[in-house]
Amino acid sequence: MKRYLSKHYTLKRKIQVLEELFFRSAMLTASILITLALCSIIWSIMQKGLPCLSWEMISQAPKGGFYFGKEGGILNAIAGSVYLAFGSTLLAFVIGLPVALYLNTYLQRAPRLVTIIRFILDLLWGIPSIVYGAFGFALMVFFRLPSSLAAGIIIVALLILPIMIRAIDEGLKSSPAGLKEAAYSLGSTNAELSFKILTRQCMPAIITAILLSFGRAIGDAASVLFTTGFTDNIPYSLGQPAATLPLSIFFQLSSPIPQVKERAYAAAAVLTIIILITSILSRLLSKKHNKNIVKF
Amino acid sequence: MRFFSLFLLLLPICICLGLVWKSLPILQEHSLSVLLFTADWKPMSKTFGFAAFIVSSLWVTLLALLFAAPVCILSAIHLTQYAPRRVVKVMQPVVDILAGIPSVVYGVWGLLNIVPWVSHTLAPALGYETSGYNILSASIVLAVMIIPFILNILIEIFRNIPLELQESSLALGANRWYTIKYVLMRKAFPGIISALGLGLSRAFGETMAVMMVAGNVSRMPTGAFQAGYPLPALIANNYGEMMSIPLYDSALMLAALILFIIVLAFNLISRLLILHYEKISK
Repeated sequence: MKRYLSKHYTLKRKIQVLEELFFRSAMLTASILITLALCSIIWSIMQKGLPCLSWEMISQAPKGGFYFGKEGGILNAIAGSVYLAFGSTLLAFVIGLPVALYLNTYLQRAPRLVTIIRFILDLLWGIPSIVYGAFGFALMVFFRLPSSLAAGIIIVALLILPIMIRAIDEGLKSSPAGLKEAAYSLGSTNAELSFKILTRQCMPAIITAILLSFGRAIGDAASVLFTTGFTDNIPYSLGQPAATLPLSIFFQLSSPIPQVKERAYAAAAVLTIIILITSILSRLLSKKHNKNIVKF
Repeated sequence: MRFFSLFLLLLPICICLGLVWKSLPILQEHSLSVLLFTADWKPMSKTFGFAAFIVSSLWVTLLALLFAAPVCILSAIHLTQYAPRRVVKVMQPVVDILAGIPSVVYGVWGLLNIVPWVSHTLAPALGYETSGYNILSASIVLAVMIIPFILNILIEIFRNIPLELQESSLALGANRWYTIKYVLMRKAFPGIISALGLGLSRAFGETMAVMMVAGNVSRMPTGAFQAGYPLPALIANNYGEMMSIPLYDSALMLAALILFIIVLAFNLISRLLILHYEKISK
């Protein structure tokens, strides 16, 4: 840099160099800021939440007077969230995988339709979860259903479906055309190509899609607010209302009692840990399944 | 399969119809223009004016975008043009994790860090007095939330710009920064606009985090240091009592419908722009 600022260079050139220097440091600052934001979030949640986290906290459902600072834990919310996230991810996967495969095999001859479907999926991805929640509420009023775990699972599945399909679809799209041609020339049908070859080839993408959707499902609060309700009991059937971690955090945080607030921090730490594990797992698993892939 | 695909195509229409159906009672009682452009919110006496909520939402969203946009653009250029491979390898998981953190956790973080900072440090330094639960805090939290979302799209856009373009600019004697400034940015401009549009619509619909730090006072906000009450927070905050007051549930469903239409419009425009842009660059 010093070399460029020596007297052999014209003023214009010096300004150019300084301009680049300025923007390069601004860019570096931006990237560092983003990293710092993540560190700050994780650090402050863990610092507040971990001291409040005890075995009692995660192994017991709330007892009477829990919300006034008495005994109990947040097992109801953990169980509810896990049921909800697993249920909705499973449902979204069962619908999403065939749709993604269908887009990339059967519908190859209708590229226009594929573009339209992808476009609508992207639009659906952008719809806020509170709107899904309100829609779920309208549906429940229409069919006269009470708030229940099943209703929550269906609404959250609708919410994560576009993410699931688009993430699998991106993986399928990038699978080599030669692989498909080879399969077709050996006489395989679209179904065989889909389920025997493409699923194996795109395993990393599928795993990423599942874990991405799982993370979104477990962390979403606005859509379950209307549909699953809130309860102190651990749900044992689909027809019962269920508590979820995000809502438990939100409700306890608005309490004026400090002990109850601390429990909200503990619940936030649990939720963050689950999200971090999901993210790490997604990286590890997709790396592990990378070796089955045919590369051209 | 055909059934599922059809179902997906019909889903947005279903959502719209469902919300319209539930918000019909209030639309029969009041005219749409009165609902949208007045700021009187007294559910008990059946006066519903959404203006204060819509304006709050706009304030929070636009401020958040103002904070997030420069950081995203600079960081995206850094990660695609300058940063060594090792840095990119570290930043990728950082952005992914940031994108995966739930809204509520962002809210808790905002309560713990941003609200006290705004109330004790920033506001006194600028000569204001505030509790910290205001539009500015909400928009800072929101900005951090939408950064990973916008950044991912921007990185994708910058990576898709053909290398030959940059090479020819470099071959003509332009240095790296001038290539970025005059070739890369010009080429990426429509993409950047649509990425920001998508970020805007994402921010507009965010509920929990904003609700936790925005203050939630139903009054027309006139500055960033005042409490706001964005639309999504209105819906989420009042779901408990909405069945007990007549027309209230219908009003909240109308709020959801307004939100849906605004977000869909933003999304539609941005996505169409991206499609158009992809067609041109091919």
